[in-house]
Amino acid sequence: MSYIIPRFRHPCTVPNDIGYTRQDYEGALSTLCAGCGHDSISAALVQACYEMSVAPHLVAKLSGIGCSSKTPAYFLRQSHGFNSVHGRMPSVATGAYLANRDLTYLGVSGDGDTASIGLGQFAHVMRRNLNMLYIIENNGCYGLTKGQDSATADVGSKTKHGQANVFSPIDPAGLALNIGATFVARSFSGDKAQLVPLIKAGLHHPGFALIDVISPCVTFNNIPASTKSYTYTREHMTAADVVDFVPAAAKYGADGAIDVKMPDGATVKLRRLPDHHDPRNRAAAAAAVLAAQERGEVLTGLIYIDTGRPDLHAMLETTETPLRALDEKALCPGARALDAVNRNAR
Amino acid sequence: MEPTVTEDPEYFHKVVNCQYACPAHTPVPAYIRLIAAGRHTEAYMINWEANVFPGVLGRTCDRPCEPACRRGRIEKDEEPVAVCRLKRVCADLKGDVKSLMPEIPKKKNGRRVALIGGGPASLTVARDLMPLGYTCILFDNQKRGGGMMRSQIPSFRLPEKVLDEEVGYITDMGVDAHFNQDVTSMKEMLARDFDAVFVGTGAPRGRDLDIPGRQEADKQIHIGIDWLASVAFGHIASIGKRVIVLGGGNTAMDCCRTARRLGGEDVRVVVRSPFKDMKASPWEREDAEAEDIPMFENHVPKEFKMKDGKVVAVMFEKVRAVYDDKGKRTLVPAGEAPVVMECDDVLMAIGQDNAFPWIERDIGIDFGKWDLPVLDKKTFQSTLPKVFFGGDAAFGPANIITAVAHGHQAAISIDIFCRGKNLSDRPHPAVTLVSQKMNVHEWSYSNDVSGADRFAVPHADRKKTLKDMKMEVELGFDVKAACAEASRCLNCDVQTVFESGRCIECDACADVCPMSAITFAENGAEDDLRGRLNAVSDNRGQTLFVSPALPTGRVLVKDEDVCLHCGLCAERCPTEAWDMKKFLYTAPKTACFKKTETPENEAA
Repeated sequence: MSYIIPRFRHPCTVPNDIGYTRQDYEGALSTLCAGCGHDSISAALVQACYEMSVAPHLVAKLSGIGCSSKTPAYFLRQSHGFNSVHGRMPSVATGAYLANRDLTYLGVSGDGDTASIGLGQFAHVMRRNLNMLYIIENNGCYGLTKGQDSATADVGSKTKHGQANVFSPIDPAGLALNIGATFVARSFSGDKAQLVPLIKAGLHHPGFALIDVISPCVTFNNIPASTKSYTYTREHMTAADVVDFVPAAAKYGADGAIDVKMPDGATVKLRRLPDHHDPRNRAAAAAAVLAAQERGEVLTGLIYIDTGRPDLHAMLETTETPLRALDEKALCPGARALDAVNRNAR
Repeated sequence: MEPTVTEDPEYFHKVVNCQYACPAHTPVPAYIRLIAAGRHTEAYMINWEANVFPGVLGRTCDRPCEPACRRGRIEKDEEPVAVCRLKRVCADLKGDVKSLMPEIPKKKNGRRVALIGGGPASLTVARDLMPLGYTCILFDNQKRGGGMMRSQIPSFRLPEKVLDEEVGYITDMGVDAHFNQDVTSMKEMLARDFDAVFVGTGAPRGRDLDIPGRQEADKQIHIGIDWLASVAFGHIASIGKRVIVLGGGNTAMDCCRTARRLGGEDVRVVVRSPFKDMKASPWEREDAEAEDIPMFENHVPKEFKMKDGKVVAVMFEKVRAVYDDKGKRTLVPAGEAPVVMECDDVLMAIGQDNAFPWIERDIGIDFGKWDLPVLDKKTFQSTLPKVFFGGDAAFGPANIITAVAHGHQAAISIDIFCRGKNLSDRPHPAVTLVSQKMNVHEWSYSNDVSGADRFAVPHADRKKTLKDMKMEVELGFDVKAACAEASRCLNCDVQTVFESGRCIECDACADVCPMSAITFAENGAEDDLRGRLNAVSDNRGQTLFVSPALPTGRVLVKDEDVCLHCGLCAERCPTEAWDMKKFLYTAPKTACFKKTETPENEAA
């Protein structure tokens, strides 16, 4: 890399509804390996946010540690960012979300950060239905430490070091369904036509949205014997449905698709593919994930969605006003208020 | 679409928009890089090889390269690289070039070629044939070589010194030049012992205007090109205070600016057509306007008004342009009162025609439409096999760089003809394609595209230039400005070369491309494909690169239109399916240059 980003963009680039061009959603030049799937995910995030006219200053990007967790530097340079401790991004996200529910929360994690060191936090953030989009950039190996197998590596899969993985893999989508996540999707970094609408839907989902994105590690885990390679994923990918995200303002005709209404007025249009389950049915979704696993397929698309469940703030009945907007009197109600709380607890 | 055949040299040549647009196919980015590197001598030689008159063209070229320049398309209101004026920089700052020019064999090959006319076309033929051992005998009716470059381009735009130098490089090769000599009969020429005859006599006849008063007012009405020649050769040194220039081409611009220097105070240019149809180059028009020369559009001259045997005014009818479905223009009367402009002199620069009164019509040289010779468009051979034409004499008035391009082709033809070979069996372009990769982080060219706006060439103080006919108006770029302007060049000759067999379809190139020029897509017909690319793709003048089918069945499509040649696709490619390769296209010429490598490649 010569570490340059030319200032020019295509002359026909037009600003979006709020006056920003696509360039306004970009970040620094990636320092990941050339060809890393993660860069494609960053590009998909840029595209989704630009097309959805997300105000960049109202987004908080949170990440843990790993190649994946470096990527928030490479998109949405105008947004808030927090690169946290390994596997602890959900705690930081929880704190931020409790303090200010007005921001859009975007967590970026990897298979190590989520399924190994961060598995505990990952499970509990789903239980709490925190209103965030959680993206796993899943490459089945620890790229940053030279490619050891990660907890999502399939049995028998080999990285370029040549030894087959012997431990049973954690399937983040299966786990999420089991624990009660309200939006579970899987996609592939090499398929933006699928990934971009999923990101848009996930950002609008009123609760915890997980997208497990297979994102090949070109340097350590892109050999023919790997089940997380570009080739393998393409050959074994099967889509449960075709997702189209429709913003609130857009009009669309009836075409037999399932319309999932979002509380903010937007709609996720789902076109079920033949022989696939209804993504509003959790049990069917869980069964589909398991069945695909047994067939050796990578089941992608929007696997499960439930927009009716209360999110963390609703469950806790916390204030709708961000803490920063409350004055001292509201934040420190004094001894009498404390007494009242304590009396309630006796 | 079918996969693109990049093995055809014309594919990458077309990507180098400037070079492709140049009639002589000057390798523009190659010499611009040398200028940026301060290697002006080598930059000059690249030019000299291709276009023969870098110093002249760096001041006077019609610059077909600049409207073609990709830089002008990459952003709204972005301007092309100042290619022409950079050419002047290498001519201004070069060191010794004579030692780099081809040697002229002492022993001649015994072939004698007559060159009629001493302008850019004839001189190019001489330049291309002399190094092969030909004897060139040149005839011209002016006192020195250069043709219209000397007689029609005023010295405040092209100093005599610059012209003398570059004409001298050729005449010093040992051309047997006969100046001040009119050729009055082609028959006589053919009777002499020449193996071939080249006619490069230009388009010497300025058009006249037959309207009332023209005959009576002859003394004050001048034909533009003849008047400019008289000024150039010192026969005319003054003009009246009020001058009307009729015509809207570059000759009109030279006439009005010259008139300003010879005593014209109220000099005005009057054009029949709307301004937008004016033929003058925009920059020449700007320079004229900067010298307080007003221009009037939609005025058709109707009559020269006389008083006491002298012209006192020109009467014009005001018109407006009406265009039919095919875009054909008609000027219809606007129905306004006639406009009368007072004047002391009138200069007519309303076009030029070819004239060959000296070529007998019964000697086998056929003439066709507009009294132009019937020629083979590629070989420039006339219907009399040993006679060739080039420059304005061939297909009517064009420009210097076109004349040079003709000269190269005619020289090739004459050489083949003299060797008794088939004229259609012509030399091919020479092509090299070399990777520029130095390291993962490094290219051997500067891929960091400068964001600077186009630099303006500084002008000398107008108070001084308007008083001195010989003082050059443009000062040329200094080294610093030249480097800054040179770094605006996108290096379009450094090609993005794609090897489909290596591609793993990771999308990295498509993601990183700042211009969104790369798309992985299902193949389709061109219209359909252009509609499905990542960015708007509506410039049909620029090609789509389409790869063979990739493993997923898709193809990689790259729209060449606004590619910055920044190399990020190649930097972000994990498998080196992309590489940045420098493409050097050397247009066919005679074998006057034995070297196949350019100075730039030698150093690299």
